[in-house]
Amino acid sequence: MRLRMMELSVGAFLIAGMLALLMLALNVSGLSLSESKQSYTLYARFENIGGLTARSKVTMSGVLIGQVTQISLDPDQLMALVEMEINNDVDFLSVDSSASILTAGLLGEKYIGISPGADDEMLADGDIFEDTQSALVLEELIGKFLFNQASE
Amino acid sequence: MTQLDDIIIDIRGLTFYRGERAIFRDVDIQVPRGRVTAIMGPSGTGKTTLLKLIGGQLRPDAGEILLDGENIPALSRRALFRIRERMGMLFQSGALFTDMNVYENVAFPLRVHTKLPEEMVRDLVLMKLQAVGLRGARDLMPSELSGGMARRVALARAIALDPDVLMYDEPFTGQDPIAMGVLVNLIKRLNEATGHTSIIVSHDIQETLSIADYIYLLADGSVIARGTPEQLSKDSSDQVQQFMEGLPDGPVPFHFPADDYQTDLLGY
Amino acid sequence: MIELITTIGRGALDRVASFGRAAIFLLQSLLARPAPMQMLPLLVRQIYVVGVQSLIIIVVSGLFIGMVLGLQGYTILVDYGSEQAVGQMVALSLVRELAPVVTALLFAGRAGSALTAEIGLMKATEQLASLEMIGVDPLRRIVAPRFWAGFLCLPILSAVFALVGIYGGALVGVEWLGIYEGSFWANMQNAVSFYDDVINGCIKAVVFGFVVTWIAVFQGYDCVPTSEGISQATTRTVVYASLAVLGLDFVLTALMFGDL
Repeated sequence: MRLRMMELSVGAFLIAGMLALLMLALNVSGLSLSESKQSYTLYARFENIGGLTARSKVTMSGVLIGQVTQISLDPDQLMALVEMEINNDVDFLSVDSSASILTAGLLGEKYIGISPGADDEMLADGDIFEDTQSALVLEELIGKFLFNQASE
Repeated sequence: MTQLDDIIIDIRGLTFYRGERAIFRDVDIQVPRGRVTAIMGPSGTGKTTLLKLIGGQLRPDAGEILLDGENIPALSRRALFRIRERMGMLFQSGALFTDMNVYENVAFPLRVHTKLPEEMVRDLVLMKLQAVGLRGARDLMPSELSGGMARRVALARAIALDPDVLMYDEPFTGQDPIAMGVLVNLIKRLNEATGHTSIIVSHDIQETLSIADYIYLLADGSVIARGTPEQLSKDSSDQVQQFMEGLPDGPVPFHFPADDYQTDLLGY
Repeated sequence: MIELITTIGRGALDRVASFGRAAIFLLQSLLARPAPMQMLPLLVRQIYVVGVQSLIIIVVSGLFIGMVLGLQGYTILVDYGSEQAVGQMVALSLVRELAPVVTALLFAGRAGSALTAEIGLMKATEQLASLEMIGVDPLRRIVAPRFWAGFLCLPILSAVFALVGIYGGALVGVEWLGIYEGSFWANMQNAVSFYDDVINGCIKAVVFGFVVTWIAVFQGYDCVPTSEGISQATTRTVVYASLAVLGLDFVLTALMFGDL
């Protein structure tokens, strides 16, 4: 009987450990089990990415549709080249859609927001966003404001 | 000594150092098969070390220890564990496994080394416990046993696999006279009943003399006398007589080697 | 003067020799895999002793540490109006650092010292020698199950610690201090990455489990078999294991999160 109790508690302990890990994954890190969804790759060039990092969110109207996978410097155009994965079920991004780098809250994290266009032709794997808007950099904004004030 | 023709353990030129101190210097010991051989000597002469050397738990610095022709110090770890199945050892403290009861302690070697069905293990365990008179104590834990009982359980465990060689490390020390008598009797009876070879390490003269067929007397790292109990009792050497009679001072000095007493006291 | 240098030299040689013995011992115990059918009951028993019995201390400390983090984080962050970031602060500090490190330290004190004392006592009462004479390798029978149990239990305990701590932080932050629940959890989920934080925390716990158990089991096996020797070995286990955990934590953190 004592042996059975021991085996029972060890079994419960191991299961509790697995559950704890699972809950850390799902509840705490927000990992979704359908992580390995099929996706396709799009690119966008920005003059300034201002704190965007790999794994930043890509959203459309606030809905998560993908994530940034890689950021590099395009040596030809001397601009940041952002590679992102878009979920396959979002296949209705027209070629004139625009990508902008936005900020969640005043000082929050950076993410990419997609605004839809009107063209009939859709973006496919490996295409590039023609219309992009870089991150707002607070110092530049303040600089512009002061410059305008001075010239008035 | 015709019985020395059939040798089971043959120790030749055994030398063993602990640090700088020589425990054994070129020692030769032959153990006859099926007999009770006693290794005697004052405390600190490395009697227990000798058993550990035979069991392969220590390796000598030189010399051979042959068990039926197999040189124990030269064996691989695996071969050593195999050959140990032929040996049983009764430790001074009994060394029962404290997390198992008496029954499981005796069953342990059987479970590890054989694939016998549970009923047969049970029969064997009860037989061994009956032999040491503790069949009724099978459900006790080692902490509930007296010293003498613990040693008898350990003996039952040591003979569980019917070893060819059974080694006793100081089986009589710290026992009351009754328990001592029981053990002496048991060792003798078991030896006669199963025909295994027994090696007893002890410094309890009377008890050992009463059961040993052959005795080695060790002192200062070498064998100072050997023979049957009668031969040893008649030995005229001072060293042997000192030990056999239990005299406090003699060739084996009362004082641990030290500088001259007077110079030590007066300082330098 | 020469005496001093000799002492230093002897000490260094002793340390190196002891480390070498520990390495050989580790190798032998890892190689000494018992047959699975014999191993399983022994392993279950050791997981019970090492893991299940450590659970209470882990849960209680995890809860309190999480609650303290929630409280401290709130009082600091509320000045900047960003108290909803408490969740992310609590979760990140627990998952990345506190859960593996504090669990390993508690584990060294609770289970490690017990392992050392148990094996040391087995050595002192000749149980290990007796196993050898029965023809059973004590490395297989005694050391290996304890080693694997410790190795397996620490990551589990660490995960439990982190989870309990995070809920402790939520209890203080959300229930008592009134942080909006949605932003508490959402901020946390945004900030904590499964691969970078949870997995790295687990790797730390695995490494610590390995090191702490190794030290504990070796100190027991290598101790001088007297009561004084066992008490010294137990102390050494706690000291060495704690130092090793803290030192390794820096190295691992530098490798995982820092760009060193």
